[in-house]
Amino acid sequence: MADILIRNVVKSYGRTKVVHGIDLDILHGDFVVILGPSGCGKSTLLRMIAGLEEIDAGEIAIAGRVVNELEPRERGCAMVFQNYALYPHMSVAENIGYSLKIMGIRKAERLERVAAVARIVGLEEFLDRRPAQLSGGQRQRVAMARAMIKEPQVFLFDEPLSNLDAKLRVQMRIEIRRLHRRLGGTSVFVTHDQVEAMTLADKLVVMNAGRIEQVGTPKEVYHRPASLFVAGFIGSPPMNIMSVEKATPGLARLASGATLQMPWLDTVPESSLRLGIRPEDIELVAPGTPGAMELPVEFVEELGAGHLVHGEFEGAEFVVALPGAIEVVAGGRLHMRFPPEALHMFDAVSGLRLDGGEKASGLNSGAVREFA
Amino acid sequence: MIERTPLLNFATHAILVVGLVILLLPLWIVFVASTHDFRTVNTVPMPLWPGSHMVENYVTAWTQSGFGPKMLNSLVMAIGVTTGKIAIAALSAYSIVYFRYRLRMVFFWLVFITLMLPLEVRIVPTYAVAANAFRPLQVVLDVFGMSWLLEAVTGLRLVLPEWSLLNSYSGLILPLIATATGTFLYRQFFLTVPDELLEAAKMDGTGPLRFLFDILLPLSKTNMAALATIMFVYSWNQYLWPLLIVTDPAYGTAVMQLQRIVPGPLFGEPPRWHIAMAGTLIVMLPPLLVVVFMQRWFVRGLINQDK
Repeated sequence: MADILIRNVVKSYGRTKVVHGIDLDILHGDFVVILGPSGCGKSTLLRMIAGLEEIDAGEIAIAGRVVNELEPRERGCAMVFQNYALYPHMSVAENIGYSLKIMGIRKAERLERVAAVARIVGLEEFLDRRPAQLSGGQRQRVAMARAMIKEPQVFLFDEPLSNLDAKLRVQMRIEIRRLHRRLGGTSVFVTHDQVEAMTLADKLVVMNAGRIEQVGTPKEVYHRPASLFVAGFIGSPPMNIMSVEKATPGLARLASGATLQMPWLDTVPESSLRLGIRPEDIELVAPGTPGAMELPVEFVEELGAGHLVHGEFEGAEFVVALPGAIEVVAGGRLHMRFPPEALHMFDAVSGLRLDGGEKASGLNSGAVREFA
Repeated sequence: MIERTPLLNFATHAILVVGLVILLLPLWIVFVASTHDFRTVNTVPMPLWPGSHMVENYVTAWTQSGFGPKMLNSLVMAIGVTTGKIAIAALSAYSIVYFRYRLRMVFFWLVFITLMLPLEVRIVPTYAVAANAFRPLQVVLDVFGMSWLLEAVTGLRLVLPEWSLLNSYSGLILPLIATATGTFLYRQFFLTVPDELLEAAKMDGTGPLRFLFDILLPLSKTNMAALATIMFVYSWNQYLWPLLIVTDPAYGTAVMQLQRIVPGPLFGEPPRWHIAMAGTLIVMLPPLLVVVFMQRWFVRGLINQDK
């Protein structure tokens, strides 16, 4: 079974530490997506699994074998690179079959296996072409076929779709997912694109500044972000964040003095909090309703199916997502209410999620952020 | 920058034509001289229009000086030097670009500095080494007391045999093989190869040698062609080194032979320029052909990397 176990892995370049002791279990058959902003160490982590970067401390084990000192070819991984990295002077067939040639497999068998893999990714007609004569999507397929032919236990993808245009990206996303199911290996996919991450992942790993912020299913990560970073990073437009102080029991006071009803507020000890609410969770109410807040509308982004209303609230930018049927004009006012069950609470200092009595969603948070 | 004004067009063409004439005029004179007889060629001023003795002069030049075997020698030397230079340049650049070791940059700069030393400057030490290729080793052994140590321990005096490169193809070829230009050209090419290619090859399971032979060298074909063209012409035209190292006419090269045609058979006779010029054109032919055939590759290798 091709489990990948990562234990306290550290990587530094010179004196800059880029990966700060990561622990992660990737189980056989999982499709794990590592998501994070650029420079968060996600590609470095992937390359350490592949064996292209040395591991400075900690341990990585693949299929029960510690691979720290193993060469890339001994680890049973295949990798798909962002710019495909095809050999420009070889034909598609030679590109795909190159690793078999190195393994010393006879030509007849090689050709057979190349043809079989090419059929899976739909490249049969292009086997004699050079990479330069292929489109971006076709090159991507060659790169995938090259990874598949070794029948590896582990597939590593390093932002493989970021050089494709939007339409092709969606199509390739589906194909990668289908291939994963068909081949049944373990896949680790690195990306900075959250849509890609949400749609592909069985298990989503959000990284920031060399640390893991949260591990969970895409649903968990979206509905129960483990930290302010995840809350702001996942979701487009991102979650609205407000600072609040604990006031009289059950009431949270916003900076402007307005108060919010929060029944479970008293169960957390902290007094200084951050509140988050997703733009689509905000309810509109009639003017004058008790507890209603007012949002002056600055401008409206039309999305077709709905629109995004932008305004300033509590001194910060604020976005409300509304269905298309509701008419809003710039310069007007929006009356809104925050449903208590849609509010997310975070510690103002550590940025970590605080769970009150509310367990409405029933989802289990997968927060693993370390406190060291 | 593209500008289209008739005046500018005219000016640029005029400059081109003038430059071309300046370049071609000596060649024209060589050609004209090779078509006249002995008397006409030595008149002053020499005519600037071809005469009627062309075939005769070329046949004389070819038969009298035995260009057949000489050309063959030149070819062996030029091909040997070219191949050697490419092999050495590719290997040393590969080591400098793809491997991390102590003093890597020192070695690179040492190679680079030799660009500034032409053959003429190091010709005496090179000759000394060529006369006995084991001598540097013997000197090292002596200076560091290793021969003494060996003698003290075993009672045997270590004397390396003499290995003379004089009057041999290896003597013509080996000392000319080291090339800073080629190493530099290859280094620049290797630096343009994306890192992912190496990583993809590593994932495919290649070792360093396979990567070099399966991926880097095939990718550098145009580079190789450019280098080969330059180096072929360079080594074909070598004069001083063959002159020094070869005394046996059996190893003489075509360019060396040219100098022997010039004086007449009798001492004090005026030089036989008509034959010499015919010989010159004959000797020019092989490098010219190489340049013509390699031109397409040559230009591509120098200008853009075909990736």
